[in-house]
Amino acid sequence: MPGYARKESLIRIALAGTAGVSLLFLALIFLFLLVEGLPMLAPRSIAGFLCGMSWYPTAEPPEFGIFPMLVGSLAVTAVAASIAVPLGVMTAAWLTEIAPSGVRRICKPMIELLAALPSVVVGFFGMVVFAPFLQNVFDADTGLNLLNAGVMLAFMSVPTICTVAEDALFAVPVSLREASLALGATRWETTIKVVIPAAFTGIGTGCMLGMSRSIGETMVVLMVAGGAGIIPASLFDPVRPMPAAIAAEMAEAPFRGEHYHALFAIGLVLFVFTLAFNIIAQRIAEANRQAPD
Amino acid sequence: MKLTSLFAKKRFSLLGLALVCFAASTALATEEVIISGSTTVLPVMQKAGEAFMAANPGITLSISGGGSGSGIKALNDGLCQIAMSSRDIKKSELELGAKNGVTAVRTAIAVDALIPVVHPENPVKNLSAAQLKDIYAGRITNWKEVGGHDGKIVVVSRDTSSGTYETWEEIIMKKEKVTPAALLQASNGAVVQTVSANKRAIGYIGFGYLTDSLKKLDVGGIEATPQTALAKQWPIARELYVFTNGKPEGAVKKVLEYLLDPQKGQKSVREVGYIPLDK
Repeated sequence: MPGYARKESLIRIALAGTAGVSLLFLALIFLFLLVEGLPMLAPRSIAGFLCGMSWYPTAEPPEFGIFPMLVGSLAVTAVAASIAVPLGVMTAAWLTEIAPSGVRRICKPMIELLAALPSVVVGFFGMVVFAPFLQNVFDADTGLNLLNAGVMLAFMSVPTICTVAEDALFAVPVSLREASLALGATRWETTIKVVIPAAFTGIGTGCMLGMSRSIGETMVVLMVAGGAGIIPASLFDPVRPMPAAIAAEMAEAPFRGEHYHALFAIGLVLFVFTLAFNIIAQRIAEANRQAPD
Repeated sequence: MKLTSLFAKKRFSLLGLALVCFAASTALATEEVIISGSTTVLPVMQKAGEAFMAANPGITLSISGGGSGSGIKALNDGLCQIAMSSRDIKKSELELGAKNGVTAVRTAIAVDALIPVVHPENPVKNLSAAQLKDIYAGRITNWKEVGGHDGKIVVVSRDTSSGTYETWEEIIMKKEKVTPAALLQASNGAVVQTVSANKRAIGYIGFGYLTDSLKKLDVGGIEATPQTALAKQWPIARELYVFTNGKPEGAVKKVLEYLLDPQKGQKSVREVGYIPLDK
């Protein structure tokens, strides 16, 4: 074998190896979740675990029902998405279509910097600044609630959504815009009816990635969601999303006890949710992938 | 090539030296005291234990949690020398120990007392234990019902697996469940932060966490002070114990003496938020 071919194959093997390692980690983590979570689910019905209304892991007899937490997680994600998606996509549209390139060059890195904000700082802001604000202005019973958690999570997912959507919008060929403008459409019409639909794939992927970040985020919901295991009836009700329960209770749960396994089972549910979001994101990306012009 | 092999040899001899040192150090640390039990007592033991080991290099403490019951069981089975417990020993446990030739001897090391707290602007000064129970069970939901302003009571509790919650559940809730609408906070500090920022909130914290940003409530007309807690007048208090097999001797005795020393172990007791014994 000639020298360059050997070098090529070595590089190929090395790259395959590194890719394999990250896959192996994922597989091992999943296996670990299964091994630690299944002992909890095996003796009980999975339906009872998922649909049970009360979570009293240390009572006698203990109750393990995660339905309010499940709803809590989905609710904060929905609130976060309904704020972050319009905000992220609009910002991206402004950056690509309207902002002068100089402004864009400054603004984009700043938005990306927002993603580097540690989640504990965001949580602290929600606890100390936003919670009293909600109590004083909206007369909420507690500022630590669904809305607060949703807004803080939106904060954290805007950069993801905006960056991915901006790249997608930027990649829309100029010829499309020129054609639309030439046909007499205004700039607004071009953006809404031509550019955004053309970049739908990238925007959809960005939204899904942003939402999967929201549902898995732990520190923020632990600090500002309130931690009440109830099904929220309004935006101002406190909730207890799944990651918050795991983070708060894992340290005290007796090793390999029922409570410990139950927390791993929650982790498994959470993993399935995040995986679903990522698969949907990938599906959107693949289904709408456009042939280069 | 030569250089690398030389380097490898040198590294090998360094490793050998480290091994010898390690063997020597383990040979010196002859005595190990195994401590296990209540997670409520655990923070005191961990804090005092670190300082104890620094002061007594000949004794190694191996400290683990697991709960009062499992600690006493381990003592009865001879698996630990000191059992930490947040409750007194049960008769059945004493009998079980007697079968194995273990006589559990009790030593109180601290008092764990909780104070119900509200926002400083809340006009309520005093609640009965029954009212506290009703508030936490979700039966009393408006401050008006207990003499305050009209407004929903925001119940702040601790995570169900914390020792503080366990104490509250045992003394106030009497095994009834805390309402699921309660805001569960992960630490005493988080309860302080939540209650001090919310005029409608009520929470409970360990004695050591009381600050000026909170107002403590009297319970049944008794004011919460270290004196009333030590005199057993304050209703939400319990003694924390360690149990040993027979009268403590040797290394175990040293540990207990350290724990009860006002300048040493009792300082750790105060630092983790419990009340030191008044000796």
